[in-house]
Amino acid sequence: MSAVLSVHSLAKSFGELEALRDVSFDLQAGETVAVVGPNGAGKTTLLSIIAGLQPPSAGSVSRSAREVGWAPQQPALYSKLSVAENLELFARLEKLADPARAVREMLEQTGLGERADEPVGRLSGGNRQRVNVALGLIADPPVLALDEPSASLDPAQRERLWAFIAGLTAAGTAVVFSTHHVGEAQRHADRLLVLDDGRLLFDGSPAQLKGASGVQEGDLEDALVRFLEQAATAAGAAG
Amino acid sequence: MRWLLRKDLLILRRSRLLVALLIVYPVAIALLIGFAISRSPSRPHVAIVDETPPGASVKVGSQRVAVGQYAQQLFSQVQSVRVATRSQAIAKVKSGEVIAAVVIPQNIAARLSSVTEQAQLEVLYNGDALEQSLVQSSLDSAIAQANLGFSEQIQQAAAKAIAALLDGGNSGILGAPEDLIGLNQISPTLKRIVAHQPRGHERSELERIEAFAGFAAENLTASKQVLSTISQPIKARSSLLKGRRTPLNTFAVVVAVSVSLMFVCVLLAAGGVALEREERALGRLVRGLVSREALLVEKGLLAAGCSFVVALAMLAGVGAFVSLDWGRSGLWLVALAFGSIAFGALGVAIGALAREVRAASLLAFLLSLPLAFLALVPSGSVSSGFYDAIRTVSFVFPFKAALQALDAAVNGASPSIGGSLAHLAGLTLLFGALARAGLRRAD
Repeated sequence: MSAVLSVHSLAKSFGELEALRDVSFDLQAGETVAVVGPNGAGKTTLLSIIAGLQPPSAGSVSRSAREVGWAPQQPALYSKLSVAENLELFARLEKLADPARAVREMLEQTGLGERADEPVGRLSGGNRQRVNVALGLIADPPVLALDEPSASLDPAQRERLWAFIAGLTAAGTAVVFSTHHVGEAQRHADRLLVLDDGRLLFDGSPAQLKGASGVQEGDLEDALVRFLEQAATAAGAAG
Repeated sequence: MRWLLRKDLLILRRSRLLVALLIVYPVAIALLIGFAISRSPSRPHVAIVDETPPGASVKVGSQRVAVGQYAQQLFSQVQSVRVATRSQAIAKVKSGEVIAAVVIPQNIAARLSSVTEQAQLEVLYNGDALEQSLVQSSLDSAIAQANLGFSEQIQQAAAKAIAALLDGGNSGILGAPEDLIGLNQISPTLKRIVAHQPRGHERSELERIEAFAGFAAENLTASKQVLSTISQPIKARSSLLKGRRTPLNTFAVVVAVSVSLMFVCVLLAAGGVALEREERALGRLVRGLVSREALLVEKGLLAAGCSFVVALAMLAGVGAFVSLDWGRSGLWLVALAFGSIAFGALGVAIGALAREVRAASLLAFLLSLPLAFLALVPSGSVSSGFYDAIRTVSFVFPFKAALQALDAAVNGASPSIGGSLAHLAGLTLLFGALARAGLRRAD
């Protein structure tokens, strides 16, 4: 199967700080990939480069920014505009052939048809996040990048969001998302990318991470913690 | 860019309070500034106590000048409040009913008539340093004007007395001899008499008297001219070197419109750019949908367009009350267009650097207000070093250039509009580049 997105030897520096170092991976159509790791590991930097928000210092991403749908952690919406107006604006800016149809489809997919004329500022956090994701999808991109999509949602809102994302991947969209909730990654991701200190330490399924860490009985969070400790020890021994 | 513009207009339409504030506040500030500039200070309320006895006069030769005329001169220079006694005047000053009191003493006529002593007025006032300064400058000016008027009265009386001496005739003064001979007639009359006198001592004495009479008449004629000169020894004649005179009221209109133009444009542009960051939409937009340059141009032009309409409406509205040259309205449009675009560039630079709408609005406000006041500081009113600093600040921000362009467009004032427009164009590029640098990071 050919990759819908290839990240090759990606690096990003901010002055002396190396936020990403030689990160490479592929993304397949319909695949859901979670980027996990401690704070400051480089998760948001990686996603923002894939989304085209900032250029890499070195390396490349096979898709242009316009081919990657983007949903930042905090909804990027105009709160004075209605749900439909937000969708229509970005459909027009994307120069879609039939903006009205794209808006209708997105309203249907997000289940916000009845609230289409409501100002976004009046929506709940969950619904705002759904519109936020919908804006990333308005141009029907093959890849969707989500930065901590469920961070500000309650459990019910989270479930609705993941059901929505599952529908996207079922339709062939590749989804890459960052998260702090390892349990969420275990439940919804096909693959995990473990980042620490800008390095990609692991690329595989949740079961493979458990195997690599030697934690077979505990949950994935225990396995991730153990894996990161082992990696730090190995790096210390090598250094 | 069309869809972004439509979106911004939609947001503006839904922010009615903001729009109302953006228009009402600068217009109110502008009108206040304009009103303050155009109104000359009103004449101060001053209590005047005239202690001189009725009919007191100063004797000038054969003429008399009533001292009451001095009081009249003084009354015309201030909003006079007549009081009978010094203690009443003091009470009025203390109560704040008047800013000062002037006491014309009883002996003023005697002192004016004596050549040895100078007449003195008593001035009473209180208040803080600012008020004292205002009172002193107002009263000094009023007293100087009254002195000038009174000295003209005395000079006229002296001239009359000299004329009577020179020309003779009936002086009209009660008790004075009628049909007096004038100095001008003595010399020719004596010449005729001397011609019939035999040579000898008496004839030569008469010839000396005739020579003196001729000399005295000649010099007294000159002294009339001298008198008119010393009543106002130096007279100012003013010439405008460049441009044409700008009436204060039309300049005030230009200031008021420029202030409105700046406030509306800078606040709107700064808020518009900062809003994109605050709503976190900037990152989404600049991912290939809209270039940063196009975004800045859209925000700047939207703010420039809105402020242009507000300023033009204001200019036209005020034009109904103040006489403006409508034949120059083409130039008004050019000056307003260049000014609004430069303010738009300043606004987007502030918005790009501030990152939040509140911070951007505050920064825009804090920057705009002093810029307006600094641009109005006249040269010579502060030390040269401080004025150079003010001039530098005014040069690197668009308010002064916009004010000069609009003043040239509306009033034909100097410097010429071309230089100001070029200056505004340069500042537009400068602030545009600054805004672009500020928008480098999209997050």
